[in-house]
Amino acid sequence: MSICNKTIKETAALLRSRKIGAVELAREYLKEIEEKNPSVNAYVTVCHEKAVKAAEEAQKLLDSGEEISLLCGIPMGVKDNICTKGINTTCASRMLENYKPPYSATVYERLEKEGAVLLGKLNMDEFAMGGSSEHTVFGPVRNPWNTECVAGGSSGGSAASVAANMTTFSLGSDTGGSVRQPASFCGVVGLKPTYGRVSRYGLIAFASSLDQIGPLTRDIYDCAIVMNAISGYDSRDSTSVNIPCDDYLQDIDAGVENLKIGLPSEFFDTAMDDDVREKVLSAVQRLEERGAVIKEVSLPSVSYSVPAYYLISSSEASSNLARYDGIRYGYRSEKAENISQLYKLSRSEGFGREVKRRILTGTYALSSGYHDELYIKALKVRRLIADDFNRAFENFDLIAAPVYPVTAFRIGERAGDPLKMYLGDIFTVSANLAGIPALSVPCGLDKKGLPVGLQLMGKPFSEKLLLRAGLVVEQETGRLSIPCEIQEHI
Amino acid sequence: MEYEVIIGLEIHSELKTDSKLFCSCKNDFGGEPNTRCCPVCLGLPGTLPVLNRHALELAVRAGLAMNCKISGFSKFDRKNYFYPDMPKAYQTTQYNLPVCYDGYVEIEVDGITKRIGIERIHLEEDAGKLIHDAYGSGSLVDYNRCGVPLIEIVTRPEMNSAEEARALFETIKSILEYTGVSDCKMQEGSLRADVNLSVRPKGQKQFGTRTEMKNLNSIRAVYRASQAEAQRQIEILERGGIVYQETRRWDDRKGESMAMRNKEESMDYRYFPEPDLLPVIIGEEWVASVEKNMPELPRSRRDRYVNEFGIPKYDADLITMNKKLSDIFDRAVAVCGKPKLASNFIMTDIMRRINENGEEILDANLTGDNFGQVLLFLDRGDITHAAAIKVIDKIVETGEEPKHIIDGLELWVQRDEDLINNAVTSVLEANRPALDDFLAGKDKAFGFLMGQVMSKLKGKCDPAQVREVLMKEIDKSAGRQN
Repeated sequence: MSICNKTIKETAALLRSRKIGAVELAREYLKEIEEKNPSVNAYVTVCHEKAVKAAEEAQKLLDSGEEISLLCGIPMGVKDNICTKGINTTCASRMLENYKPPYSATVYERLEKEGAVLLGKLNMDEFAMGGSSEHTVFGPVRNPWNTECVAGGSSGGSAASVAANMTTFSLGSDTGGSVRQPASFCGVVGLKPTYGRVSRYGLIAFASSLDQIGPLTRDIYDCAIVMNAISGYDSRDSTSVNIPCDDYLQDIDAGVENLKIGLPSEFFDTAMDDDVREKVLSAVQRLEERGAVIKEVSLPSVSYSVPAYYLISSSEASSNLARYDGIRYGYRSEKAENISQLYKLSRSEGFGREVKRRILTGTYALSSGYHDELYIKALKVRRLIADDFNRAFENFDLIAAPVYPVTAFRIGERAGDPLKMYLGDIFTVSANLAGIPALSVPCGLDKKGLPVGLQLMGKPFSEKLLLRAGLVVEQETGRLSIPCEIQEHI
Repeated sequence: MEYEVIIGLEIHSELKTDSKLFCSCKNDFGGEPNTRCCPVCLGLPGTLPVLNRHALELAVRAGLAMNCKISGFSKFDRKNYFYPDMPKAYQTTQYNLPVCYDGYVEIEVDGITKRIGIERIHLEEDAGKLIHDAYGSGSLVDYNRCGVPLIEIVTRPEMNSAEEARALFETIKSILEYTGVSDCKMQEGSLRADVNLSVRPKGQKQFGTRTEMKNLNSIRAVYRASQAEAQRQIEILERGGIVYQETRRWDDRKGESMAMRNKEESMDYRYFPEPDLLPVIIGEEWVASVEKNMPELPRSRRDRYVNEFGIPKYDADLITMNKKLSDIFDRAVAVCGKPKLASNFIMTDIMRRINENGEEILDANLTGDNFGQVLLFLDRGDITHAAAIKVIDKIVETGEEPKHIIDGLELWVQRDEDLINNAVTSVLEANRPALDDFLAGKDKAFGFLMGQVMSKLKGKCDPAQVREVLMKEIDKSAGRQN
């Protein structure tokens, strides 16, 4: 059995006890990637030499005997919309196919400093727009549980790489569910932190007021370790919040006794797969058995969350993506004869269909004459949704919900139906609109043998509590790992 | 028919901060293209802005100096448009909640004071610069200016003549200089104005259609463009034509404007709140501390000149209009202790040099210290007025010490009595007829004799002393005659 299925905690112990060296570990993972990537397509860039070099540095730290981070020598993968200096950062778009940023994102800098080893950059939906990782210039990510199925998105590569043992952990980004939904589809843990908890500096913006970077890990404990490394104030991001961070590992096993957990009736009244409903409710029941108090709660405005989300995210995206004009970097059309053609052709050829659809939607929503009716109204709905959550959290510690109405669907199955895809985001987008933290934790398999995720949401900056409750779910339902016979055939 | 002209100005001014509005790049004019930019001001993917606190302070200072209210809650917005000089394809500016609003400044035209409303002052970033065909054909972009902080000052449409528009522009320029908000170097484009102008028949309540004249970068251009545009619109109306709402470009060389784009072509900027910046919350205490540290404003300086120094208001106005000149004056007075002498010298001799050679003469070598020393020598009678002017010219040219210049040019007043006596005696001998004329009652002849003596002495003696000796000698010769 390969070493590559271990958690951060387990691997860190092996590194410290000299059972394995950091370089050897990196090489093992690189081998794993070489074998599996042709079928999973999680990585778009693999940093062979850089990874070995970083592992050598990490080994020196390990050998130094000084107090070092748990992440020292631990392999990681980073979603390809997070800037890594001198390493391709493409957003899975033709527009940035050869773009090498001259600086690194804050999160990457922090992890690098702790000694984590970058294996490569991970596939995704173009500019993080999508929920299946099919909208990518590099071809779709395949779900390691069943390679005929999507890995979810937009952080599909981040989730699939963890599930397929192609990294120990990864970073994704979540604008409307892009960490939680693929985590759920691939049976790994995914956290979207409170807006402002993790620096966005160096995250290539999709929708600035909604984007957050979050970890994808094999288990809850690992999620806490990564959060400890990446959270905290960053003077380079004005929207990052300057309040002290919790130690997410402290009291992580304190249990859920007497915690009040709300089940939003609006969510459970929504159509979803029976398997998903059953697995989610049975996980909730386990929480109850461990001492939590479960009650229904109403979030009346969440039924409007999907349209509000698509208006706000697309509006911001239309502005954020306007800089890709073919002038300074990125794709430039060869056919243009004047400046206006240069803009039009570069953007028409450089962006994929889904990205163009969102830019058009957003441009329309911000245009004079529609601005008040669409954009401003969506902002009002956003406020109402935040109010719903604030009210709910007066009486509840946590809210439990499904992550997605179905488990991983087949590649291509929904590609022609954007509306159906958008409506699927009903359970995830409201946490982004309200800015609250939300966790996806595996809670079982459906009849097809595909993972189901439970979503836990909490007050702003309650990540620690989410992880505590998530750990109970994990203990009760068991960590999901891909059976050996499947793992070997990927 | 008689027409009423209505003018409002939008004035853009670059702020005198060390760094740019949203990053730590240096805020400075010029430089090798694209050497003063970073991932943030280049808008590279993933970068985020962080507001420069000093820029905010300067905007508040400008607002206070123009009697504005300061918004307790203000925010930034994105103005979206494609242009190669704007690397994010949007300008971060303030749309509906500017930092300062609802103020006024007072202008004076022909001795009449008028209050012009300031609608708002907001903060925004400047764009880069396009360079056309400088290196072969094609256009290049220099992003050094990109992200430099600007304020935009929007007046109410309350000016009724080109003279008033010019006076407002001058007044605001001097306020910005005095408060240290901007260095107002118009040749570098750090201060520029848009003129919004309409005309209507006198007595009509409804405004006429207005046009906007973009990017006027001198006081003269504001004046001439306003005058020409008012004339153009009146002529159209007189002919029975229609004035179209449009943006026009002023050609200062030709002295005329041409249409740039009309209302239908006007852009939809799709403003929305900048999600990468938090709203700006400005506390009253902070505003009070900004107010406390506010430098002296031109008005109060003028009043000080009039009340403490007894300088005529007209002179005081002219001196204070230009901050550099006024600073030189203040310092010179401190050095020589003679405010009237200093103001008279400025009003006659320095002003003439500014008019002939431009304000640049104040940029370089002339300082309050060296000017004050020259005045001190003049006041003591160590040099003559004519010599003082020579010294000032030399200072402007070389920046040498006054004493050194006077030594070098041998301009010290000669006090040697024998020298003067000899000169007077020889002039009186050589100009007998003039002496006789004077004695016969022709007073003018004295001036001639005096001039002859001074010229013989090459202007190096104290005229008062010369006059005294000359009078004495004339008296003597009169006594001999009688």
